[in-house]
Amino acid sequence: MTDTFRNRIDLEMTVNGEPIELTVPAARHLIDLLRTDLGLTGSHAGCEHGVCGACTVIVDGETVRGCLTLAAQLQGAEIWTVEGLTESGAIADLQKAFVERNALQCGFCTPGMLASAKVLIERDAVPSREGIREHMSGNYCRCTGYEAIVDAIETTLRGRAGGDAR
Amino acid sequence: MTIRFEDPNRPNSYIGRTVPRPNAGRLVKGRGRYVDDILLPRMVHVAFVRSPYAHARIAAIETSQAKSLSGVLAVFTGRDLAEVCTPWEGRLAHLEGMKTPPQHPLAVERACWVGEPVVAVVGRTRADAEEGAAMVEIEFEALPAVTDIRTALDPETPVIHEAFGDNLCFRKTNEKGEVDRIFAEAHTVVEESFKTARHTGVTLEPRVILADWSEAEGEMTVHVSNQAPHMLQVLLASHLGIPESGVRVICGDVGGSFGVKVHVYPDEVATAAIAKILGRPVKFSSDRLEAFTSDIHARDHEATGRIALDETGRILAFDVDDWTGIGPYSIYPRTSAVEGLQVTNLIGGPYEFDHYRCRTSVVFQNKGICAQYRAVGHPVAVAITEGLVDKAAAQMGLDPVEIRRRNLIRDDAYPRTTAAGLKLEALSHHKSLDALIEAMDYEALRSEQASLREKGVHRGIGIASFIELTNPSPFMYGIGGARISAQDGCTVRMDPDGSVVALTGVTEQGQGTEAITAQIVAEAVGVSPGMVRIVTGDTRVTPFGGGTWASRGAGIGGEAALQAGRAVRGQVLAVAAAMLQANAKDLDIRDGIVVDAGTGAERMPLAEIGRIVYFRGDTLPKGLPRELMQTRHFLTSDYPYAFTNGVQASYVEVDAETGFVKLLKHWCVEDCGRIINPLLVDEQIRGGIVQGLGAALFEEICYDEAGQLLNGTMADYLVPMSGEMPDMIIRHVETPTAESELGAKGAGEAGTAGAPAAVMNAINDAIRPLGGSVTHMPFTPERVLRAIGAIGK
Ligand code: FES
Ligand code: FES
Repeated sequence: MTDTFRNRIDLEMTVNGEPIELTVPAARHLIDLLRTDLGLTGSHAGCEHGVCGACTVIVDGETVRGCLTLAAQLQGAEIWTVEGLTESGAIADLQKAFVERNALQCGFCTPGMLASAKVLIERDAVPSREGIREHMSGNYCRCTGYEAIVDAIETTLRGRAGGDAR
Repeated sequence: MTIRFEDPNRPNSYIGRTVPRPNAGRLVKGRGRYVDDILLPRMVHVAFVRSPYAHARIAAIETSQAKSLSGVLAVFTGRDLAEVCTPWEGRLAHLEGMKTPPQHPLAVERACWVGEPVVAVVGRTRADAEEGAAMVEIEFEALPAVTDIRTALDPETPVIHEAFGDNLCFRKTNEKGEVDRIFAEAHTVVEESFKTARHTGVTLEPRVILADWSEAEGEMTVHVSNQAPHMLQVLLASHLGIPESGVRVICGDVGGSFGVKVHVYPDEVATAAIAKILGRPVKFSSDRLEAFTSDIHARDHEATGRIALDETGRILAFDVDDWTGIGPYSIYPRTSAVEGLQVTNLIGGPYEFDHYRCRTSVVFQNKGICAQYRAVGHPVAVAITEGLVDKAAAQMGLDPVEIRRRNLIRDDAYPRTTAAGLKLEALSHHKSLDALIEAMDYEALRSEQASLREKGVHRGIGIASFIELTNPSPFMYGIGGARISAQDGCTVRMDPDGSVVALTGVTEQGQGTEAITAQIVAEAVGVSPGMVRIVTGDTRVTPFGGGTWASRGAGIGGEAALQAGRAVRGQVLAVAAAMLQANAKDLDIRDGIVVDAGTGAERMPLAEIGRIVYFRGDTLPKGLPRELMQTRHFLTSDYPYAFTNGVQASYVEVDAETGFVKLLKHWCVEDCGRIINPLLVDEQIRGGIVQGLGAALFEEICYDEAGQLLNGTMADYLVPMSGEMPDMIIRHVETPTAESELGAKGAGEAGTAGAPAAVMNAINDAIRPLGGSVTHMPFTPERVLRAIGAIGK
């Protein structure tokens, strides 16, 4: 416990596989940390109040809303954004399916969609179409009408299930 | 040479194929460059203090506290900006009697809606600017607010703009034939009232602008999330007193637009004005609450309508009285009268009848400004028309398909002019209806509906035919004096290695402009689409054009691209002919190689022509034209608009206990003329349908009587989510327009135009046996329950 309130915090975390140390204002949200402090502009802010899902990123294996998560909660966390997921190839099949099916128009929702979909396609069970729709309901898209997104995720799921020897 | 579109095996046959979008690969990797992603040296941020009152006099503004903050650099009031920026009026000369007062970037004496920008605070960071904005104290004297549409013109209602004497912005009646006599004598007359809620576009990326003024160069550079860069260029130039060539507007990646981003917004002009004063880059990023209060709203129509039919179910006449409230100012430069005007044009659009009357009354209110949003006026007109047609069918015991078959304009009856005065080149209502019936297996669906009905399951089928205005000519805005370009241009350039760059005045918001332009140019020149690079959205380099609105990109920008590509092809072949001592018309270009047109034998790669033209021009005959860069512009002139047509169907289930409507499936058959990229057209239609489904079931901007906005978050203004949306079957009929060689019409708004009416008719089909009907959107559980009498009226 410090005796004076600190308005800046020191953080150590891993972002996209790279160790990061930085000092940010105490009120900094994850989405601003990514976009402003680290220059990772792939993640977007659509509403800044936790509804639209444009800011969705992966923290310690789970999706979180970057606009609701305070940087102060992330000491030691492992964070993945669309930039890192792209470079690691972890969602290359999903991204290919999105492009082929035209599951993105303006692309503003897409990085958040991919983060949410990644968690789904890595689960053991293959969900139904309704299950995909339900899972993706925290991510708004104003352009596509969702069907192409559901199709692209379904294609990826099938591809992964087919390629899996179990 | 004309393109043999009917032959899919023709050389370079890229038009009509699904090819991937060049920019999708970048966006899916998170490598988009939206305006908020851009950081410039010396950049500062602006935040706005907005009016908390729907109507108030601004008595005093106290800014010293804000200015004393270390992160605050400057504070501006309406009077400060009025010195560097002239006010504007959203008026069109051909809309007779239209009124609207001058509007400033920041309110000067009065604030007229909740959310109107009043003071601008510039800070080092966005947080600094927002902190400063919170410290500004404005003394407001509240004035009475006008919020109701139907009483806006009553003598006891206060007048918002005193000089006008009343709250009427614009009124027009479109009338033909003997409406009163026909209604007095008709076998069947059906009447209904309709409401479409106030909507807003909810682009996932809120509005954002980054303006920079270079005093030394006399140049304003504006990065902005916008659909019409050249329009913004000329308007910023005129209001800020800069030559047009000194304003460069750049629209890179745009995170959704839907018409929201085709207007002039006071906060954006203020940002540019402040950049000019400060001489440094200024960024404004709207937050979501600001989006709800200050992005344009739309729809908000109330109408009563009636339809007259003879004993055979033939439609004789429509008579509609439409009212709409547009906020305190008409939008600049398009005006807020156009949505009402479209209603007066589009009612009854698909049908054959002779007697017509539709009046629209456009009134001022103390709410957000209403303006053009995807499918302007269409969803309103289609809901009124198709609601009346279905009600008449039910009353006369006719199947909804049968009444449409009897009344839709025959496919061989074109060209023609409708009772409302629309000139139609060629439409395919009957073919489209046939395709719809087949796609949905209408009879099977009806029997499923009947058998489920016996088990107490209430399902309904709703159909909506529609026409859609696309490819507008200058008749829409130009003749009214607005500097909105209906023509568009494309420059195509061959680089030395034979690859091609095309610069187009049409913009990209995700609909696929870059993809279709690449396809068209590839086919026109004779190279693969992968060899074509597209440049959009930069007024410094692209030909002057209108941008993206009224579903014009493919039809107008696409034709310009085709002609420019053709011209480059012609030049290449002229040079090749000189080099090969051949006749240009015996040569062709296929996949980047000059070939003998007859045999297909390869003669010379484009790279060789590039090498000679650019580096060894001395070896060509002196005086031989060799401009491998050509620009063409295209403007429609035979028809004021290219109308498209289509028909949608919705299949729903209504829970009579909860009032919830479940969308089971949706169909759309659409005729947008020549299809350039089938996948992109389908996805435009699906996306459009879902915006229409949102209108039908969820979307409504709510104000209280004092003009306070009640739902300013995405949790409160509901837009469709994936879980609630149905799968959609899309089919096409292709009736190309003869106005252009390409033959393309627009497809961007058809989905939104027809979906709300289809859902309304489906719900009413489901609940008819329970008594009652719904015609006031959105069809919330509460409204459905009230309609069937499950809860009190
Ligand atoms: S920006 Fe985080 S949910 Fe919308
Ligand atoms: S692609 Fe534009 S919001 Fe989803």
